[in-house]
Amino acid sequence: MTTRIEPDGSRPAIRFDRVGQVFSGSDGGSVTALEDVSFTLRRHEFVAVIGPSGCGKSTLLRIIAGLVKPTGGQAEIYGLPVTGPREEVGIVFQQPTLLPWLNVRDNVTFPMKHKHGRVTPAEKQRAGELLAMVGLEDFATRRPNELSGGMQQRVGIARALLHDPDILLMDEPFSALDALTRDEMSFELLRIWTERPKTVLFITHSIPEALLLADRILVMSARPGRVREIIDVGLARPRSMETLSEPRFHEIANHIRAQVFRPAALA
Amino acid sequence: MKSPTISAPRSSGRRRWPDMGRALLKVLDRGAPLFASLLLLLIWELACRLFQVPAYLLPTPSAIVQGALAVALESWLGHIWATLRVSLQGYALAVAIGIPLAVALANSRLLSRTLYPQLVIIQSTPIVAVAPIIVVVLGAGDAPRVAITFLITFFPIVVSTVTGLLATPPAMLELSRSLGASRLREVKNIQLPFAVPYIFSALRISVTLAIIGAVVAEFVAAEDGLGFFIAFSTSFFKVPQAFAALGVLVTLSLALFQLVSLTQRLLFPWSLPDAEK
Repeated sequence: MTTRIEPDGSRPAIRFDRVGQVFSGSDGGSVTALEDVSFTLRRHEFVAVIGPSGCGKSTLLRIIAGLVKPTGGQAEIYGLPVTGPREEVGIVFQQPTLLPWLNVRDNVTFPMKHKHGRVTPAEKQRAGELLAMVGLEDFATRRPNELSGGMQQRVGIARALLHDPDILLMDEPFSALDALTRDEMSFELLRIWTERPKTVLFITHSIPEALLLADRILVMSARPGRVREIIDVGLARPRSMETLSEPRFHEIANHIRAQVFRPAALA
Repeated sequence: MKSPTISAPRSSGRRRWPDMGRALLKVLDRGAPLFASLLLLLIWELACRLFQVPAYLLPTPSAIVQGALAVALESWLGHIWATLRVSLQGYALAVAIGIPLAVALANSRLLSRTLYPQLVIIQSTPIVAVAPIIVVVLGAGDAPRVAITFLITFFPIVVSTVTGLLATPPAMLELSRSLGASRLREVKNIQLPFAVPYIFSALRISVTLAIIGAVVAEFVAAEDGLGFFIAFSTSFFKVPQAFAALGVLVTLSLALFQLVSLTQRLLFPWSLPDAEK
């Protein structure tokens, strides 16, 4: 594990530099998941990545998380190339991925236990604070299977925030939730992000979700995954239910929809 | 039941009978397995008496009890202890070797390709046929008996543990890798806990196999143990006594099975299926 580097405002938090990813299949063929993807995230910027299924958006996240090595180009965090998982990154997965044999608090502190073999009292206390922040302080000693899907994903978010990462990677974190819980979680995430600003890379396939949350939206095309357009959302913050009815919201939503469904040949 | 038109009781006297009936049904339902067993014993007893089956072919349950009481308690305890000692030693050895071996097999392609076929060959060999050879090789004493028990018990433990380890959801492994933890911690903190339900289902099966292993070994070469006692009794046509020993073996097996279940319930309550919680 690389040592944690001091966040530097002058450097982009995340930079993809002509990143490409080719997966070779077991039948000898190969699939180009990403091709020539370049873009940067400023520190504490919220960027959503949207695109059809199979556009390689999850691969993009795995590359910056250090879980997958790109076959072309490179990914950087604060100017340093990513070679493996990094301290300053927290990840929220598509599924809550909680460990059923641990209670909620131990799930939140699991990263420390797993990395360092022990959990300090300070980290335990911080886990309590994070659980309070996501509204689950009364559930600290419950098992994950006693919680609803939304509550489980809140625990997943608290876990990702435990070591106070500067960068938060979220891989369709609300896609397994029902529509109502989804909206609620979006506002919850906005509140958390306002309280503790972070650089967020948020993968989603929901246009309203991307619009509600992000400063900029990266629209991707499918097979191979390429950057089709980067959109400045420009909706005023703080955002609320009213944001959803603003004319600009619908204007951009329609624009993205047209982009996503535009055939690749015309791009 | 709140609707007055349907269930308004006409008199209090009529209401009590259905209640008692329901209570009786509940008792019958709870005790159904016990009652069925008792009924079967009764049919057995009556059938043997009615058709005058000789005791050396099929003794009546009452004759079996008499046969059991005819043997001294110290003698029973000695045989039970011998069988239990061998079973538990073989079982402990199978757990101690089987689980680490399963971890190695699940994490190394080379090991699983080279060792797994050997394990399947061992499992495919009828242990009863190998038992006399093992006795010749390992000589007298507990050693050959423990070895035979070990051979019978350890395969299910290895297979089930490997299955559990490999069933770990990829998302959990990705979580582990994203934290940059060592391979050892990944096994200890994620794979093994995930495999606990699989391991315990194997431990339950294997503990009953351990009794079988010990008895097989005692048939071949032993001077004590319940398997030896059955072989000895039948050779003297003391069939009721042999049946009594069989009953003790079944009880022993059931008790160990329940003990393993209880251990899981106490130590790993989260690993039980929802229906058993």
